Amino acid sequence: MSSSTMTIHLKIWRQKNSHSKGRFETYTLDQVDEHMSFLEMLDVLNEQLIMEDGDPVEFDYDCREGICGSCNLVINGKAHGPKHLTAVCQLHMRNYNDGDTVVIEPARAAAFPVIKDLVVDRTAFDRIIEAGGYVSVKTGSAPEANLIPVNQKKANQAFDFATCIGCGACVAACPNSSASLFTGAKIAHLNKLPQGQPERNERVLAMVDQMQKEGFGDCSNFAECEAVCPVGISISAIAEMRRDYMKALFDD
Amino acid sequence: MPSFIEAAQSQVGRKILTGITGFLLLFFIIFHLAGNLAIFGDEHDMNRYSAFLHDMGGLLWLARIGLIVAFGLHAWIGISIWLKKRKARSQAYNVYSSKGGASKQGLSSRSMALTGIILLIFLVFHINTFALGDTETVIVDGREMEDLRSLVIETFMNPLYAFGYTFVMILLGAHLGHGIWSAFTSLTMKSKQLSAAIYSVGVVLAFLIAIGFLFIPLYIYFTGGCGELLGGCT
Repeated sequence: MSSSTMTIHLKIWRQKNSHSKGRFETYTLDQVDEHMSFLEMLDVLNEQLIMEDGDPVEFDYDCREGICGSCNLVINGKAHGPKHLTAVCQLHMRNYNDGDTVVIEPARAAAFPVIKDLVVDRTAFDRIIEAGGYVSVKTGSAPEANLIPVNQKKANQAFDFATCIGCGACVAACPNSSASLFTGAKIAHLNKLPQGQPERNERVLAMVDQMQKEGFGDCSNFAECEAVCPVGISISAIAEMRRDYMKALFDD
Repeated sequence: MPSFIEAAQSQVGRKILTGITGFLLLFFIIFHLAGNLAIFGDEHDMNRYSAFLHDMGGLLWLARIGLIVAFGLHAWIGISIWLKKRKARSQAYNVYSSKGGASKQGLSSRSMALTGIILLIFLVFHINTFALGDTETVIVDGREMEDLRSLVIETFMNPLYAFGYTFVMILLGAHLGHGIWSAFTSLTMKSKQLSAAIYSVGVVLAFLIAIGFLFIPLYIYFTGGCGELLGGCT
């Protein structure tokens, strides 16, 4: 496989910890291979920084195959970079041209404080899940799966919402820093399934409440979240959340 | 279980209330426009319409109170959402842009707070000009009526009013361009197909409403109040 290399200018947000004031640092990489993933390009930068006794740029990653949701960088103002349905780890340098300047910022939201550089604390999402993003089942031997019939259409819808990887791009891209897409997807995923029915009302009320307590903003139906979502979750998740919330209020 | 007040203050409740009040205001605006277009009817149709509304008495006050509540809630929630978003992102992005695709971010959606606040300020001046304005009395169908029509024509002969109103009506169109679809979404419209269709219908409706409103001041100004549609000068 032939490949061409290019020069990429980077403008990266550097911040020591959550209390310090961050600033941009500029770096230039000369031998960026077009087949590199965006994160591999950052690996090359970090190797270079370490060789020069510099401080490597901290960024979050785990699986590097678009399923874990660890990586969420805001690249040139867009969460997960320029491509739709693509997490940063799946973004390749062939989407850039020789001599491009790339600005990398962390996801910015008061509920996602910066830990270091591009790494933000997303435990607010964990607390939303803890509030109701689960089903309670008696442990023991696994029950016969076919005992609970699931409507095929509902199962498909639930799966579409279940694909949320919790990367936080929806919050990062939302002009209001709302977590409605994440919370909506997690609620809809379980509320669509028979196993989620017993706790459906408590779930939606508790998760909406927790989302608000974490300091995320209100949804203004910008639908920017859907545009940046690496797994393409529709804002119908938010409509589901609102409908389930209203149902819960009028259900006793 | 949250109380009604708590639920209304939740992020979902606020959106539902914004949607409901938004729809009420949209219906009001459409009725208002229909009333305005009476100016192109018979010479005294607009005055008859005005008299008809005033004759409703208690019902009119009920509608007025309903509208004040709807406007108040809609504006209060909208402004509070706008203020909260600053707290929710204390450090702004240095570079930020929409990713396009499914995004509904644009001039219309991003300026909802601004266009909304301008519309609210406009409303005060608007009520002062027409609802509380000085009108002559005319005899129509054998009874005394306020000559609202003449007040309207006189007002829009003034370029400041004609173009000021036109400008604000463009902003109204922009507000509704995102607002109509957004109200449907807030009131839990789930279907993706329906969503796309309603977005288009909303934009067209917003455009027609804006054109309908701004046509009147511009027509009066450019025809010197003597246009054929107004029955010429008498």
